[in-house]
Amino acid sequence: MSKFRVVHYINQYFGQIGGEEKANIPPSCKEGPVGPGMAFKAVLGNEAEIVATVICGDSWFAENMDVAKAKVVEMIAQHKPDLVITGPAFNAGRYGTACGAVAEAVSQELNVPVISGMYPENPGAEMYRRFALIVETGDNAAAMRKAVPAMGKLALKVLRGEEVGSPKEEGYIPRGIRQNYFAEERGSKRAVDMLVAKLKGEEFHTEYPMPQFDRVEPNPAVADITKAKIGLVTSGGIVPKGNPDHIESSSASKFGKYDIEGVTNLTAETHQTAHGGYDPVYANKDADRVLPVDVLREMEKEGKIGSLHRYYYATVGNGTAVASAKRYAAEIAQELKNDGVDAVILTST
Amino acid sequence: MCTIVPISLTVGANRIVPTVAIPHPLGNPELPAEEEKALRRRLVTKALRALTTQVDGQTVFED
Repeated sequence: MSKFRVVHYINQYFGQIGGEEKANIPPSCKEGPVGPGMAFKAVLGNEAEIVATVICGDSWFAENMDVAKAKVVEMIAQHKPDLVITGPAFNAGRYGTACGAVAEAVSQELNVPVISGMYPENPGAEMYRRFALIVETGDNAAAMRKAVPAMGKLALKVLRGEEVGSPKEEGYIPRGIRQNYFAEERGSKRAVDMLVAKLKGEEFHTEYPMPQFDRVEPNPAVADITKAKIGLVTSGGIVPKGNPDHIESSSASKFGKYDIEGVTNLTAETHQTAHGGYDPVYANKDADRVLPVDVLREMEKEGKIGSLHRYYYATVGNGTAVASAKRYAAEIAQELKNDGVDAVILTST
Repeated sequence: MCTIVPISLTVGANRIVPTVAIPHPLGNPELPAEEEKALRRRLVTKALRALTTQVDGQTVFED
């Protein structure tokens, strides 16, 4: 039986080309295993072999993401792999992002499975965990000795077509896939068992881990609010009547930006909520109850604030993924900054 | 500005002003219109005060 074909993606450092000074090299391809690929060779044994190694500088990849992805995928495709291994990247941010981006492109465009390895806090893990089985590794290359056997073992499992177990069983970073199964005990019993274990100080595993939220340093206080341009942003779904952007009532896939120049009051004729997670009656009658345009207009007129920003931003916070919310927030914040907004009031329902 | 303060604390907001109720954080439909607006103005004033207050970490502006 012929061996399964594996292509390995690594950076310039592990590709033995050089360190940071060589981070600007474009992708190249070598036959057979290179660097950590040698260690994989031992784990893959007679069943699979690394037929080629694609190497790219971390900076080059990061600075030419689209071109880099296309080139790397083309090189990988030429070797007709049954599986692709990227990394392990440990906690190296650019490398992890490159390993993840390659995984995304390979899995989506070539429909070939990808095994990678990263430290859970590597940004590449968060961004691309859906596209690869990313084995959880230590935060630096000293963890190579543990990472390679774990990744290799999982690679063989996938190549053989064996069933891959849960992230906890197999040691990979959760891909965010929910799988149904029949539990032996009913939910109430499992919950109470967990509580008892917790009270006893014993180990227990939640069945529904909460998303991880980051923390940011508070911004300095606004020095003079009477000169400040104030922006309004809401997750309460306040939109112009008719919801022109069709923001979804739950799991919103977008946010809206709406002009309120000259608007002194939101009314049942002009605005409504698109939110499907709370009783909309009160907001539909008077959306100022969620987005206080009326009083901010008054305060603007009285000189209590500098001005009310011409646009407000809205999305629906109902069941919306944290990752989406984070993306909307980054875009909205950038626009507000570009528009010279000094401070923002966020309202949530 | 939010009604469920623990959520705002969980997601990492730094200046938090508690509000009235989930479906009408900045209003109270049981009040006459004028009083309701006065209530909203008090809450917004509090939010503006929060923005002009230096904070070291997550702070809930109770009153």
